[in-house]
Amino acid sequence: MQFVKAALRNRSFMIGATLAFIFIGAALISFLWTPFDVTKLDIAHKLQKPSALHWFGTDHFGRDIFAMIMVGARTSIAVAVVAVGIGIILGVPLGLAAAARKDSLLDEIIMRTNDLVLAFPALLIAIMITAVFGPSVINAIIAIGIFNIPVFARLTRGAALSLWTRDFVLSARVAGKNQTRISIEHILPNILNLLIVQGSIQFSLGILAEAGLSYVGLGAQPPIPSWGRMLAESQTMISFAPHLAIFPGMAIVLTVLGLNLMGDGLRDLLDPRLRRSRT
Amino acid sequence: MLRYSLKRLLSLGLSLLAASAVIFLAIEVVPGDPASYMLGINAQPDTVAALREELGLNVSAFERYITWVTGMLTGDFGVSYTYRTPVVDMIGDRIMISLPLAIYALTLSTLIAFPAGILAASKRGTATDVSIMGATQLGVAIPNFWFAMLLVVFFAINLRWFSAGGFPGWDKGFFVSMKALTLPAISLALPQASILARVMRSALIDTMNEDFIRTARAKGLTKRQAMWKHALRNAMIPVLTIIGLQFSFLMAGAIIIENVFFLPGLGRLVFQSISQRDLIVVESVVMLLVFAVVLVTFIVDIAYAAVDPRLRGRS
Repeated sequence: MQFVKAALRNRSFMIGATLAFIFIGAALISFLWTPFDVTKLDIAHKLQKPSALHWFGTDHFGRDIFAMIMVGARTSIAVAVVAVGIGIILGVPLGLAAAARKDSLLDEIIMRTNDLVLAFPALLIAIMITAVFGPSVINAIIAIGIFNIPVFARLTRGAALSLWTRDFVLSARVAGKNQTRISIEHILPNILNLLIVQGSIQFSLGILAEAGLSYVGLGAQPPIPSWGRMLAESQTMISFAPHLAIFPGMAIVLTVLGLNLMGDGLRDLLDPRLRRSRT
Repeated sequence: MLRYSLKRLLSLGLSLLAASAVIFLAIEVVPGDPASYMLGINAQPDTVAALREELGLNVSAFERYITWVTGMLTGDFGVSYTYRTPVVDMIGDRIMISLPLAIYALTLSTLIAFPAGILAASKRGTATDVSIMGATQLGVAIPNFWFAMLLVVFFAINLRWFSAGGFPGWDKGFFVSMKALTLPAISLALPQASILARVMRSALIDTMNEDFIRTARAKGLTKRQAMWKHALRNAMIPVLTIIGLQFSFLMAGAIIIENVFFLPGLGRLVFQSISQRDLIVVESVVMLLVFAVVLVTFIVDIAYAAVDPRLRGRS
């Protein structure tokens, strides 16, 4: 209850959460209802300016931009959620294991592999995966996901290392618990907040990355609607139909902004000790 | 210091070796034979075999890897499958656009971020600070390729100050070329400047809370003097890290931005090579970019150790 009260008072959390939920809501509603069918072409009404009927106008095939943005939100959110999921599911156990056996060969191998992956900018990983397996949403998810693994592994290891020196972990060891049990029962619950905050940041980076990949044609392929591809398609028509580029771009900016603000707010709410780092 | 540098150099070498193996393996599993791709579906089997021989595809994967790596060490990146020209020449032409673009963008980003971050830190909590931080939140959220498109609409199509894309070539003059790189550099710099300004601000605020600043104030320095004389230098460590990291983001980000502005840089070369199955070019460009990232990290590490002796013992 106290948390809810604090959350309601935290301005950046409230603005961020509202923005994020608008887009998550739009994605969910799009499964049941969209103002127009995004797969139906209506050439007679192509490139219309925003109006009461078509709120954000129509594209060169006469498709409703508002409806396409709703459906595109699905792609963006799904890619980012799964990519963050890959990062957490694989990265967190690796980080926990590395911290539990600090300075061991295992730790060394995990951390050096991390450094290696981080030496490849995310976009390069995506390019290589595309070169090998061809462009698709799944490959975009893998590319962004791979990049998330070292991010979470490193964060987990760093946070876990400082917890391993604490008295309550020592007590657990005295009580006879092994490293795996301590990692799961004592370390993990204590770094959960940190993971949630980082998760929201990686979520927003994932949305940007997906948009970028789809823009250069390495992500979602037609007919899957995607904000990045809408921008790519708008490029040749931008001089006479700027609304084609403005609305999908705004959707990306507002979603990412919302997630970042929410992450900042969560950091304050979940861990008051971290508050200093934001100010 | 020498020991530390040698240790870092060794780890640099090992990272590059590991990276080259990963890249080679990844590209090796590509389905499809470059030779039959180049000759088309109607090619005779013996023609394909002859071309495979010519391209050096008939030896084992391990031998090809060794040839590739030792070749790169001597500046020989192989011959493009598609154009039959040395890869190193193709990369050389393109890098003369990508590298200046990255440096231009990094310079812009630093020029924007330093004053903004310092101003926000020194006016912490005021309306100035809040608006600078708000602007950086927005800057981080804007996809750079979308920002690039907006710049094109505004400055190229409406105002006609810049051309919407393309590159005249350095032989047409320095300023003409730099002008062609200006909109791309601005769009690359915006998100980076926002991140850098935030780091600058928080590093400066953290340092201003340190004891040595209190001492400096106690001996009579004003807040302003303490900040410029003592805090700024100490705040540079996290800032330098981020600048180092940003260089790699800029090189990679340029891949997308080059597509917006139709700049014939490394990014467009990669996409072209992927669609033409010119894998040797893809391998080499990816390796080169990874090399750039690892090298910059190495330089930043060494620069730290030179500035801060405490760091030499660690890692």
